[in-house]
Amino acid sequence: MTRADAIALAYLVTIVTFILALRFLSSPTTARLGNRIGAVGMVIAIAATFAQAGLHNYASILIVMAVFAPIGALAALRVKMTAMPQMVALFNGVGGGAAALVALSDFHRVAPEPGRISFDVGLSIALSALIGSVSFAGSLVAFGKLQELVSGRPITYPGQKLGNGALLAALVAVATVVLAGPQRQAFVIALILGAGLFGILFVLPIGGADMPVVISLLNAFTGLAAAATGFVLHNDVLIVSGMLVGASGTLLTMLMGRAMNRSLANVLFGAFGKVQAGAAAAADGDGAVRSTTAEDVAIMLAYAKRVVVVPGYGLAVAQAQHDVRRLADELEKRGVDVRYAIHPVAGRMPGHMNVLLAEANVPYPQLYEMEQINPEFPRTDVALVIGANDVTNPAARSDRSSPIYGMPILDVDKAEHVVVLKRSMNPGFAGIDNALYTDPKTMMLFGDAKDSVTNLIASVKEL
Amino acid sequence: MRPALVITELTVLVLAIFVGFEVISKVPTMLHTPLMSGTNAIHGIVLVGAIVVAGLPHQVTWIRVVALAAVALATMNVVGGFVVTDRMLQMFRRREPPRSE
Repeated sequence: MTRADAIALAYLVTIVTFILALRFLSSPTTARLGNRIGAVGMVIAIAATFAQAGLHNYASILIVMAVFAPIGALAALRVKMTAMPQMVALFNGVGGGAAALVALSDFHRVAPEPGRISFDVGLSIALSALIGSVSFAGSLVAFGKLQELVSGRPITYPGQKLGNGALLAALVAVATVVLAGPQRQAFVIALILGAGLFGILFVLPIGGADMPVVISLLNAFTGLAAAATGFVLHNDVLIVSGMLVGASGTLLTMLMGRAMNRSLANVLFGAFGKVQAGAAAAADGDGAVRSTTAEDVAIMLAYAKRVVVVPGYGLAVAQAQHDVRRLADELEKRGVDVRYAIHPVAGRMPGHMNVLLAEANVPYPQLYEMEQINPEFPRTDVALVIGANDVTNPAARSDRSSPIYGMPILDVDKAEHVVVLKRSMNPGFAGIDNALYTDPKTMMLFGDAKDSVTNLIASVKEL
Repeated sequence: MRPALVITELTVLVLAIFVGFEVISKVPTMLHTPLMSGTNAIHGIVLVGAIVVAGLPHQVTWIRVVALAAVALATMNVVGGFVVTDRMLQMFRRREPPRSE
Protein backbone atom coordinates (compact mmCIF):
# COMPACT_ATOMS: atom_id res chain seq x y z
CA MET A 1 0.00 0.00 0.00
CA THR A 2 1.45 3.34 -0.98
CA ARG A 3 1.33 6.42 1.17
CA ALA A 4 -1.29 7.94 -1.12
CA ASP A 5 -3.49 4.86 -0.64
CA ALA A 6 -3.15 5.08 3.13
CA ILE A 7 -4.14 8.74 3.04
CA ALA A 8 -7.14 7.98 0.83
CA LEU A 9 -8.22 5.29 3.31
CA ALA A 10 -7.89 7.72 6.17
CA TYR A 11 -10.12 10.11 4.22
CA LEU A 12 -12.63 7.29 3.81
CA VAL A 13 -12.69 6.87 7.59
CA THR A 14 -13.40 10.60 7.87
CA ILE A 15 -16.27 10.33 5.42
CA VAL A 16 -17.79 7.53 7.48
CA THR A 17 -17.47 9.56 10.70
CA PHE A 18 -19.22 12.54 9.08
CA ILE A 19 -22.10 10.38 7.89
CA LEU A 20 -22.36 8.84 11.36
CA ALA A 21 -22.30 12.31 12.92
CA LEU A 22 -25.35 13.26 10.84
CA ARG A 23 -26.99 9.90 11.45
CA PHE A 24 -26.60 10.27 15.24
CA LEU A 25 -28.29 13.67 15.05
CA SER A 26 -31.58 11.83 14.60
CA SER A 27 -31.94 11.64 18.39
CA PRO A 28 -30.89 14.03 21.16
CA THR A 29 -29.49 11.11 23.17
CA THR A 30 -26.87 10.24 20.55
CA ALA A 31 -26.37 13.63 18.93
CA ARG A 32 -23.50 14.81 21.11
CA LEU A 33 -21.58 11.58 20.62
CA GLY A 34 -22.12 11.94 16.88
CA ASN A 35 -20.69 15.44 16.84
CA ARG A 36 -17.61 14.20 18.69
CA ILE A 37 -17.17 11.33 16.26
CA GLY A 38 -17.29 13.90 13.46
CA ALA A 39 -14.64 15.98 15.23
CA VAL A 40 -12.39 12.93 15.50
CA GLY A 41 -12.92 12.33 11.78
CA MET A 42 -11.87 15.91 11.09
CA VAL A 43 -8.65 15.42 13.09
CA ILE A 44 -7.94 12.23 11.12
CA ALA A 45 -8.41 14.08 7.82
CA ILE A 46 -6.10 16.90 8.89
CA ALA A 47 -3.42 14.48 10.11
CA ALA A 48 -3.66 12.52 6.85
CA THR A 49 -3.25 15.73 4.88
CA PHE A 50 -0.10 16.60 6.78
CA ALA A 51 1.25 13.17 5.90
CA GLN A 52 0.90 13.91 2.19
CA ALA A 53 4.11 13.53 0.19
CA GLY A 54 5.71 16.76 -1.00
CA LEU A 55 3.97 19.04 1.45
CA HIS A 56 5.99 22.09 2.43
CA ASN A 57 5.69 25.03 4.82
CA TYR A 58 4.68 22.87 7.79
CA ALA A 59 5.85 25.51 10.23
CA SER A 60 3.85 28.39 8.84
CA ILE A 61 0.70 26.26 8.42
CA LEU A 62 0.90 24.94 11.96
CA ILE A 63 1.53 28.39 13.40
CA VAL A 64 -1.49 29.83 11.59
CA MET A 65 -3.64 26.94 12.82
CA ALA A 66 -2.34 27.29 16.38
CA VAL A 67 -3.20 30.99 16.36
CA PHE A 68 -6.67 30.74 14.84
CA ALA A 69 -7.97 27.56 16.47
CA PRO A 70 -8.25 29.22 19.91
CA ILE A 71 -9.99 32.23 18.35
CA GLY A 72 -12.65 29.96 16.88
CA ALA A 73 -12.98 28.03 20.13
CA LEU A 74 -13.23 31.16 22.22
CA ALA A 75 -15.91 32.66 20.00
CA ALA A 76 -17.83 29.37 20.19
CA LEU A 77 -17.59 29.22 23.97
CA ARG A 78 -18.49 32.86 24.57
CA VAL A 79 -21.45 33.24 22.24
CA LYS A 80 -24.86 33.50 23.86
CA MET A 81 -27.42 30.93 22.73
CA THR A 82 -29.69 33.73 21.51
CA ALA A 83 -26.90 34.86 19.20
CA MET A 84 -26.47 31.38 17.71
CA PRO A 85 -27.84 32.32 14.26
CA GLN A 86 -25.22 35.07 13.91
CA MET A 87 -22.48 32.70 15.00
CA VAL A 88 -23.55 30.08 12.47
CA ALA A 89 -23.62 32.80 9.80
CA LEU A 90 -20.12 33.90 10.72
CA PHE A 91 -18.58 30.41 10.74
CA ASN A 92 -20.38 29.71 7.51
CA GLY A 93 -18.93 32.86 5.96
CA VAL A 94 -15.34 32.06 6.91
CA GLY A 95 -15.75 28.57 5.45
CA GLY A 96 -16.97 30.04 2.16
CA GLY A 97 -14.15 32.57 2.18
CA ALA A 98 -11.64 29.79 2.73
CA ALA A 99 -13.01 27.89 -0.27
CA ALA A 100 -12.70 30.97 -2.50
CA LEU A 101 -9.12 31.58 -1.37
CA VAL A 102 -8.20 27.93 -1.93
CA ALA A 103 -9.50 28.28 -5.48
CA LEU A 104 -7.45 31.43 -6.04
CA SER A 105 -4.21 29.98 -4.75
CA ASP A 106 -4.68 26.71 -6.56
CA PHE A 107 -5.29 28.47 -9.85
CA HIS A 108 -1.65 29.45 -9.70
CA ARG A 109 -0.60 25.81 -9.57
CA VAL A 110 -2.83 24.42 -12.30
CA ALA A 111 -2.42 27.33 -14.73
CA PRO A 112 1.21 27.64 -15.76
CA GLU A 113 2.03 30.74 -17.77
CA PRO A 114 0.89 30.05 -21.29
CA GLY A 115 -1.19 26.91 -21.68
CA ARG A 116 -4.77 26.11 -20.73
CA ILE A 117 -6.31 24.28 -17.83
CA SER A 118 -8.64 21.38 -18.39
CA PHE A 119 -12.33 22.21 -18.57
CA ASP A 120 -13.38 20.36 -15.42
CA VAL A 121 -10.64 21.85 -13.25
CA GLY A 122 -11.28 25.33 -14.65
CA LEU A 123 -15.01 24.98 -14.03
CA SER A 124 -14.41 23.77 -10.48
CA ILE A 125 -12.08 26.67 -9.74
CA ALA A 126 -14.57 29.17 -11.14
CA LEU A 127 -17.42 27.60 -9.16
CA SER A 128 -15.62 27.47 -5.83
CA ALA A 129 -14.37 31.04 -6.26
CA LEU A 130 -17.84 32.25 -7.21
CA ILE A 131 -19.96 30.34 -4.71
CA GLY A 132 -17.44 30.60 -1.88
CA SER A 133 -17.20 34.33 -2.26
CA VAL A 134 -20.99 34.83 -2.46
CA SER A 135 -21.32 32.74 0.68
CA PHE A 136 -18.60 34.72 2.47
CA ALA A 137 -19.98 38.18 1.73
CA GLY A 138 -23.62 37.13 2.02
CA SER A 139 -23.02 35.50 5.39
CA LEU A 140 -21.30 38.61 6.69
CA VAL A 141 -24.31 40.74 5.70
CA ALA A 142 -26.62 38.18 7.34
CA PHE A 143 -24.43 38.37 10.44
CA GLY A 144 -24.63 42.17 10.34
CA LYS A 145 -28.42 42.09 10.05
CA LEU A 146 -28.89 39.61 12.89
CA GLN A 147 -26.39 41.44 15.09
CA GLU A 148 -28.23 44.64 14.13
CA LEU A 149 -25.11 46.27 12.75
CA VAL A 150 -27.07 46.60 9.50
CA SER A 151 -30.78 47.41 9.41
CA GLY A 152 -32.86 44.23 9.60
CA ARG A 153 -35.41 45.84 7.31
CA PRO A 154 -35.20 44.93 3.64
CA ILE A 155 -33.03 47.47 1.86
CA THR A 156 -34.45 48.07 -1.60
CA TYR A 157 -33.94 50.61 -4.33
CA PRO A 158 -35.20 51.01 -7.90
CA GLY A 159 -33.53 48.81 -10.48
CA GLN A 160 -32.22 46.48 -7.81
CA LYS A 161 -33.19 43.19 -9.42
CA LEU A 162 -32.02 44.41 -12.80
CA GLY A 163 -28.68 45.51 -11.36
CA ASN A 164 -28.18 42.22 -9.52
CA GLY A 165 -29.11 40.31 -12.64
CA ALA A 166 -26.61 42.29 -14.70
CA LEU A 167 -23.89 41.69 -12.12
CA LEU A 168 -24.61 37.97 -12.15
CA ALA A 169 -24.43 37.92 -15.94
CA ALA A 170 -21.09 39.75 -15.79
CA LEU A 171 -19.81 37.18 -13.30
CA VAL A 172 -20.79 34.31 -15.58
CA ALA A 173 -18.94 36.09 -18.40
CA VAL A 174 -15.80 36.45 -16.29
CA ALA A 175 -16.06 32.79 -15.28
CA THR A 176 -16.25 31.86 -18.96
CA VAL A 177 -13.08 33.86 -19.59
CA VAL A 178 -11.36 31.99 -16.75
CA LEU A 179 -12.37 28.74 -18.43
CA ALA A 180 -11.54 29.56 -22.01
CA GLY A 181 -9.32 32.56 -22.26
CA PRO A 182 -5.87 33.62 -21.16
CA GLN A 183 -4.73 32.19 -17.85
CA ARG A 184 -4.60 35.33 -15.81
CA GLN A 185 -4.98 35.44 -12.08
CA ALA A 186 -6.60 38.85 -12.44
CA PHE A 187 -9.74 37.20 -13.81
CA VAL A 188 -10.04 34.88 -10.83
CA ILE A 189 -9.54 37.83 -8.50
CA ALA A 190 -12.18 39.80 -10.42
CA LEU A 191 -14.50 36.82 -10.10
CA ILE A 192 -14.01 36.65 -6.34
CA LEU A 193 -14.47 40.39 -5.79
CA GLY A 194 -17.49 40.56 -8.09
CA ALA A 195 -19.06 37.56 -6.41
CA GLY A 196 -18.47 39.18 -3.02
CA LEU A 197 -20.29 42.29 -4.19
CA PHE A 198 -23.09 40.13 -5.51
CA GLY A 199 -23.32 38.34 -2.15
CA ILE A 200 -23.79 41.68 -0.39
CA LEU A 201 -26.35 43.03 -2.85
CA PHE A 202 -28.21 39.74 -2.86
CA VAL A 203 -28.73 39.59 0.93
CA LEU A 204 -29.35 43.32 1.62
CA PRO A 205 -32.94 43.35 0.27
CA ILE A 206 -33.93 40.34 2.40
CA GLY A 207 -35.64 41.09 5.72
CA GLY A 208 -34.17 40.09 9.08
CA ALA A 209 -36.94 37.59 9.72
CA ASP A 210 -35.89 35.65 6.64
CA MET A 211 -32.20 35.51 7.56
CA PRO A 212 -32.45 31.88 8.78
CA VAL A 213 -33.49 30.80 5.31
CA VAL A 214 -30.62 32.79 3.86
CA ILE A 215 -28.10 31.29 6.27
CA SER A 216 -29.33 27.81 5.50
CA LEU A 217 -29.04 28.49 1.78
CA LEU A 218 -25.56 29.98 2.16
CA ASN A 219 -24.64 26.96 4.26
CA ALA A 220 -25.52 24.82 1.26
CA PHE A 221 -23.45 27.20 -0.91
CA THR A 222 -20.37 26.80 1.27
CA GLY A 223 -20.81 23.04 1.07
CA LEU A 224 -20.96 23.25 -2.73
CA ALA A 225 -17.89 25.48 -2.81
CA ALA A 226 -16.00 22.95 -0.67
CA ALA A 227 -17.10 20.15 -2.98
CA ALA A 228 -15.92 22.17 -5.99
CA THR A 229 -12.46 22.57 -4.44
CA GLY A 230 -12.53 18.79 -4.07
CA PHE A 231 -12.75 18.53 -7.86
CA VAL A 232 -9.82 20.93 -8.24
CA LEU A 233 -7.62 19.02 -5.81
CA HIS A 234 -8.99 15.58 -6.75
CA ASN A 235 -9.88 14.96 -3.15
CA ASP A 236 -12.85 12.71 -2.35
CA VAL A 237 -13.24 13.76 1.27
CA LEU A 238 -13.84 17.35 0.14
CA ILE A 239 -16.34 16.26 -2.50
CA VAL A 240 -18.36 14.03 -0.18
CA SER A 241 -18.32 16.30 2.88
CA GLY A 242 -19.11 19.34 0.79
CA MET A 243 -22.07 17.62 -0.84
CA LEU A 244 -23.39 16.27 2.49
CA VAL A 245 -23.55 19.87 3.66
CA GLY A 246 -24.96 20.98 0.33
CA ALA A 247 -27.77 18.42 0.61
CA SER A 248 -28.45 19.32 4.22
CA GLY A 249 -28.59 23.05 3.56
CA THR A 250 -30.89 22.54 0.59
CA LEU A 251 -33.25 20.28 2.53
CA LEU A 252 -33.41 22.66 5.50
CA THR A 253 -34.07 25.61 3.20
CA MET A 254 -36.96 23.71 1.64
CA LEU A 255 -38.36 22.68 5.03
CA MET A 256 -38.27 26.28 6.24
CA GLY A 257 -40.02 27.49 3.13
CA ARG A 258 -42.73 24.92 3.76
CA ALA A 259 -43.06 25.93 7.42
CA MET A 260 -43.73 29.49 6.30
CA ASN A 261 -45.72 28.47 3.22
CA ARG A 262 -43.47 30.56 1.01
CA SER A 263 -41.38 29.71 -1.98
CA LEU A 264 -37.65 30.26 -1.98
CA ALA A 265 -38.09 32.86 -4.71
CA ASN A 266 -40.53 34.76 -2.51
CA VAL A 267 -38.04 34.72 0.38
CA LEU A 268 -35.11 35.82 -1.76
CA PHE A 269 -36.77 38.40 -3.95
CA GLY A 270 -39.97 39.31 -2.13
CA ALA A 271 -38.44 41.84 0.32
CA PHE A 272 -40.89 40.42 2.87
CA GLY A 273 -41.80 42.74 5.73
CA LYS A 274 -41.19 45.86 3.68
CA VAL A 275 -44.73 47.12 3.18
CA GLN A 276 -47.84 45.07 3.77
CA ALA A 277 -50.46 47.76 3.41
CA GLY A 278 -53.85 46.58 2.07
CA ALA A 279 -54.13 43.25 3.83
CA ALA A 280 -53.25 44.48 7.30
CA ALA A 281 -55.87 47.21 7.35
CA ALA A 282 -58.68 44.84 6.42
CA ALA A 283 -58.21 42.35 9.25
CA ASP A 284 -58.90 44.55 12.26
CA GLY A 285 -62.49 43.60 13.21
CA ASP A 286 -63.80 45.60 16.15
CA GLY A 287 -60.24 45.99 17.41
CA ALA A 288 -61.05 45.75 21.12
CA VAL A 289 -58.12 44.43 23.10
CA ARG A 290 -58.47 43.27 26.68
CA SER A 291 -55.54 44.06 28.90
CA THR A 292 -55.00 42.22 32.17
CA THR A 293 -52.70 42.08 35.22
CA ALA A 294 -50.08 39.59 36.37
CA GLU A 295 -52.20 38.69 39.45
CA ASP A 296 -55.19 37.67 37.34
CA VAL A 297 -53.05 35.62 34.99
CA ALA A 298 -51.31 33.95 37.95
CA ILE A 299 -54.65 32.76 39.34
CA MET A 300 -55.70 31.45 35.96
CA LEU A 301 -52.43 29.56 35.52
CA ALA A 302 -52.24 28.16 39.04
CA TYR A 303 -55.72 26.66 38.89
CA ALA A 304 -55.43 25.33 35.37
CA LYS A 305 -55.04 21.64 34.64
CA ARG A 306 -53.02 22.12 31.51
CA VAL A 307 -50.98 25.10 30.36
CA VAL A 308 -49.26 25.26 27.00
CA VAL A 309 -46.47 27.80 26.69
CA VAL A 310 -45.94 29.18 23.19
CA PRO A 311 -42.52 30.81 23.10
CA GLY A 312 -41.39 33.08 20.28
CA TYR A 313 -38.47 35.24 19.45
CA GLY A 314 -39.63 37.96 21.86
CA LEU A 315 -38.85 35.54 24.67
CA ALA A 316 -35.33 35.08 23.37
CA VAL A 317 -34.77 38.81 22.96
CA ALA A 318 -35.87 39.42 26.53
CA GLN A 319 -33.64 36.53 27.72
CA ALA A 320 -36.69 35.26 29.57
CA GLN A 321 -36.23 31.52 28.89
CA HIS A 322 -34.81 30.85 32.39
CA ASP A 323 -37.67 32.73 34.05
CA VAL A 324 -40.22 30.87 31.99
CA ARG A 325 -38.75 27.61 33.23
CA ARG A 326 -38.98 28.84 36.84
CA LEU A 327 -42.61 29.76 36.27
CA ALA A 328 -43.23 26.29 34.83
CA ASP A 329 -41.54 24.74 37.88
CA GLU A 330 -43.84 26.69 40.20
CA LEU A 331 -46.88 25.59 38.24
CA GLU A 332 -45.75 21.97 38.15
CA LYS A 333 -45.37 22.01 41.93
CA ARG A 334 -49.06 22.79 41.98
CA GLY A 335 -49.82 19.86 39.71
CA VAL A 336 -50.32 21.81 36.51
CA ASP A 337 -49.37 19.97 33.33
CA VAL A 338 -47.02 22.35 31.52
CA ARG A 339 -46.03 21.81 27.91
CA TYR A 340 -44.22 23.88 25.35
CA ALA A 341 -45.45 24.27 21.79
CA ILE A 342 -42.63 24.91 19.35
CA HIS A 343 -43.40 26.22 15.88
CA PRO A 344 -40.87 25.07 13.28
CA VAL A 345 -39.73 28.64 12.69
CA ALA A 346 -39.92 29.87 16.29
CA GLY A 347 -36.81 31.82 17.18
CA ARG A 348 -34.35 33.01 14.62
CA MET A 349 -33.53 29.72 12.94
CA PRO A 350 -35.22 26.32 12.79
CA GLY A 351 -34.93 24.56 16.12
CA HIS A 352 -33.47 27.67 17.75
CA MET A 353 -36.19 27.77 20.40
CA ASN A 354 -35.41 24.17 21.38
CA VAL A 355 -31.81 25.16 22.01
CA LEU A 356 -32.82 28.20 24.08
CA LEU A 357 -35.19 26.15 26.23
CA ALA A 358 -32.66 23.34 26.55
CA GLU A 359 -30.22 25.96 27.83
CA ALA A 360 -32.78 26.87 30.48
CA ASN A 361 -32.87 23.19 31.53
CA VAL A 362 -36.30 22.45 30.12
CA PRO A 363 -36.34 18.69 29.54
CA TYR A 364 -36.85 18.05 25.84
CA PRO A 365 -39.75 15.57 26.28
CA GLN A 366 -41.81 18.60 27.40
CA LEU A 367 -41.24 20.31 24.06
CA TYR A 368 -43.92 19.50 21.51
CA GLU A 369 -43.75 20.07 17.80
CA MET A 370 -46.62 21.76 16.02
CA GLU A 371 -48.27 18.59 14.68
CA GLN A 372 -48.17 16.94 18.12
CA ILE A 373 -49.53 19.87 20.13
CA ASN A 374 -52.21 21.28 17.82
CA PRO A 375 -54.75 18.51 18.62
CA GLU A 376 -54.13 19.24 22.32
CA PHE A 377 -55.16 22.90 22.31
CA PRO A 378 -58.92 22.21 22.65
CA ARG A 379 -58.05 20.35 25.88
CA THR A 380 -55.84 23.16 27.13
CA ASP A 381 -57.00 25.58 29.83
CA VAL A 382 -54.52 28.34 29.19
CA ALA A 383 -52.28 28.99 26.21
CA LEU A 384 -49.52 31.34 27.33
CA VAL A 385 -48.06 33.09 24.29
CA ILE A 386 -44.74 34.72 25.10
CA GLY A 387 -43.23 36.90 22.42
CA ALA A 388 -44.68 34.88 19.55
CA ASN A 389 -46.84 36.60 16.99
CA ASP A 390 -47.20 35.54 13.37
CA VAL A 391 -47.04 31.81 14.18
CA THR A 392 -50.24 32.18 16.22
CA ASN A 393 -52.18 34.37 13.79
CA PRO A 394 -55.49 32.68 12.88
CA ALA A 395 -55.58 34.76 9.69
CA ALA A 396 -53.13 32.23 8.30
CA ARG A 397 -55.96 29.69 8.39
CA SER A 398 -58.88 31.81 7.31
CA ASP A 399 -57.97 35.10 5.64
CA ARG A 400 -57.08 34.58 2.01
CA SER A 401 -55.85 38.16 1.64
CA SER A 402 -53.32 37.81 4.45
CA PRO A 403 -49.68 37.62 3.37
CA ILE A 404 -49.20 34.64 5.67
CA TYR A 405 -52.32 32.81 4.47
CA GLY A 406 -51.58 29.10 4.29
CA MET A 407 -48.69 29.16 6.74
CA PRO A 408 -49.15 26.32 9.26
CA ILE A 409 -49.76 27.89 12.67
CA LEU A 410 -50.17 26.86 16.29
CA ASP A 411 -53.90 26.71 17.01
CA VAL A 412 -53.71 28.64 20.30
CA ASP A 413 -57.11 30.23 19.64
CA LYS A 414 -58.65 26.79 20.27
CA ALA A 415 -57.54 26.79 23.91
CA GLU A 416 -60.06 27.83 26.55
CA HIS A 417 -58.12 30.97 27.48
CA VAL A 418 -55.30 32.71 25.73
CA VAL A 419 -52.86 35.01 27.49
CA VAL A 420 -50.46 36.96 25.31
CA LEU A 421 -47.35 38.52 26.80
CA LYS A 422 -46.29 41.29 24.52
CA ARG A 423 -44.24 44.43 24.68
CA SER A 424 -46.72 46.59 22.76
CA MET A 425 -49.34 46.35 20.05
CA ASN A 426 -46.72 46.69 17.32
CA PRO A 427 -47.17 44.09 14.61
CA GLY A 428 -44.64 41.27 14.26
CA PHE A 429 -41.81 40.88 11.80
CA ALA A 430 -44.15 40.23 8.93
CA GLY A 431 -45.88 43.53 9.70
CA ILE A 432 -49.34 42.00 9.96
CA ASP A 433 -52.04 42.57 12.59
CA ASN A 434 -52.90 39.50 14.62
CA ALA A 435 -56.60 38.71 14.92
CA LEU A 436 -55.80 36.59 17.97
CA TYR A 437 -55.33 39.75 20.03
CA THR A 438 -58.88 40.91 19.49
CA ASP A 439 -60.38 37.46 20.12
CA PRO A 440 -62.81 37.71 23.10
CA LYS A 441 -61.03 34.92 24.98
CA THR A 442 -57.64 36.54 24.66
CA MET A 443 -56.10 38.71 27.36
CA MET A 444 -53.01 40.80 26.83
CA LEU A 445 -50.34 41.29 29.47
CA PHE A 446 -48.24 44.18 28.22
CA GLY A 447 -44.60 44.72 29.15
CA ASP A 448 -41.16 43.29 28.70
CA ALA A 449 -41.44 39.49 28.61
CA LYS A 450 -38.85 38.98 31.32
CA ASP A 451 -40.51 41.49 33.70
CA SER A 452 -43.94 40.04 33.04
CA VAL A 453 -42.81 36.48 33.69
CA THR A 454 -40.99 37.55 36.88
CA ASN A 455 -44.19 39.21 38.06
CA LEU A 456 -46.12 36.06 37.23
CA ILE A 457 -43.74 33.93 39.28
CA ALA A 458 -44.09 36.27 42.27
CA SER A 459 -47.88 36.29 41.98
CA VAL A 460 -48.10 32.50 41.68
CA LYS A 461 -45.91 32.10 44.77
CA GLU A 462 -48.20 34.39 46.76
CA LEU A 463 -51.29 32.32 46.05
CA MET B 1 -11.18 1.22 -20.33
CA ARG B 2 -11.38 3.09 -17.05
CA PRO B 3 -13.50 6.23 -17.05
CA ALA B 4 -11.90 9.62 -16.58
CA LEU B 5 -11.19 10.62 -13.00
CA VAL B 6 -13.77 13.39 -13.16
CA ILE B 7 -16.50 10.86 -13.99
CA THR B 8 -15.63 8.76 -10.95
CA GLU B 9 -15.66 11.93 -8.87
CA LEU B 10 -19.08 12.87 -10.24
CA THR B 11 -20.34 9.42 -9.25
CA VAL B 12 -19.10 9.97 -5.72
CA LEU B 13 -20.71 13.42 -5.70
CA VAL B 14 -24.12 12.14 -6.74
CA LEU B 15 -24.04 9.30 -4.20
CA ALA B 16 -23.10 11.82 -1.51
CA ILE B 17 -26.15 13.92 -2.37
CA PHE B 18 -28.44 10.93 -1.87
CA VAL B 19 -26.77 9.90 1.38
CA GLY B 20 -27.03 13.50 2.55
CA PHE B 21 -30.75 13.77 1.86
CA GLU B 22 -31.33 10.36 3.42
CA VAL B 23 -29.61 11.04 6.76
CA ILE B 24 -30.70 14.67 7.07
CA SER B 25 -34.37 13.88 6.51
CA LYS B 26 -34.26 11.78 9.71
CA VAL B 27 -33.12 14.69 11.89
CA PRO B 28 -36.03 15.98 14.03
CA THR B 29 -36.98 19.69 13.95
CA MET B 30 -35.84 19.92 17.56
CA LEU B 31 -32.25 19.43 16.44
CA HIS B 32 -32.24 21.62 13.35
CA THR B 33 -30.10 24.34 14.87
CA PRO B 34 -27.39 21.88 15.98
CA LEU B 35 -27.74 20.29 12.54
CA MET B 36 -26.98 23.60 10.89
CA SER B 37 -23.99 24.30 13.07
CA GLY B 38 -22.83 20.69 12.80
CA THR B 39 -22.89 20.70 9.00
CA ASN B 40 -21.21 24.07 9.26
CA ALA B 41 -18.34 22.39 11.08
CA ILE B 42 -18.25 19.63 8.47
CA HIS B 43 -17.76 22.03 5.57
CA GLY B 44 -14.73 23.22 7.52
CA ILE B 45 -13.18 20.20 5.76
CA VAL B 46 -12.12 22.82 3.24
CA LEU B 47 -9.22 23.17 5.71
CA VAL B 48 -7.79 20.06 4.05
CA GLY B 49 -7.76 21.90 0.75
CA ALA B 50 -6.29 24.99 2.37
CA ILE B 51 -3.44 22.96 3.90
CA VAL B 52 -2.68 21.35 0.53
CA VAL B 53 -2.39 24.67 -1.30
CA ALA B 54 -0.53 26.34 1.55
CA GLY B 55 1.92 23.42 1.47
CA LEU B 56 2.79 23.76 -2.23
CA PRO B 57 6.48 24.47 -2.87
CA HIS B 58 7.84 27.45 -4.81
CA GLN B 59 4.97 29.83 -4.34
CA VAL B 60 4.90 33.52 -5.00
CA THR B 61 4.70 35.30 -1.65
CA TRP B 62 1.24 36.79 -2.09
CA ILE B 63 -0.18 33.43 -3.13
CA ARG B 64 1.27 31.89 0.00
CA VAL B 65 -0.36 34.62 2.06
CA VAL B 66 -3.71 33.91 0.39
CA ALA B 67 -3.36 30.19 1.08
CA LEU B 68 -2.45 30.78 4.71
CA ALA B 69 -5.42 33.12 5.05
CA ALA B 70 -7.54 30.22 3.80
CA VAL B 71 -5.97 28.01 6.48
CA ALA B 72 -6.81 30.64 9.11
CA LEU B 73 -10.46 30.98 8.05
CA ALA B 74 -10.99 27.24 7.70
CA THR B 75 -9.39 26.56 11.09
CA MET B 76 -11.83 28.94 12.78
CA ASN B 77 -14.67 27.29 10.87
CA VAL B 78 -13.71 23.79 12.01
CA VAL B 79 -12.89 24.48 15.64
CA GLY B 80 -15.68 26.97 16.23
CA GLY B 81 -18.22 24.77 14.46
CA PHE B 82 -17.56 21.62 16.44
CA VAL B 83 -17.21 23.42 19.79
CA VAL B 84 -20.42 25.39 19.44
CA THR B 85 -22.36 22.31 18.33
CA ASP B 86 -21.05 20.35 21.30
CA ARG B 87 -22.04 23.18 23.60
CA MET B 88 -25.58 23.14 22.26
CA LEU B 89 -26.02 19.39 22.32
CA GLN B 90 -24.83 18.97 25.90
CA MET B 91 -27.84 21.04 26.97
CA PHE B 92 -30.42 18.62 25.63
CA ARG B 93 -31.37 16.59 28.69
CA ARG B 94 -34.11 14.13 29.39
CA ARG B 95 -34.99 14.89 33.01
CA GLU B 96 -38.41 13.61 33.97
CA PRO B 97 -40.37 16.61 35.17
CA PRO B 98 -40.86 16.55 38.96
CA ARG B 99 -44.42 15.58 39.77
CA SER B 100 -45.83 16.43 43.17
CA GLU B 101 -49.16 14.78 43.30
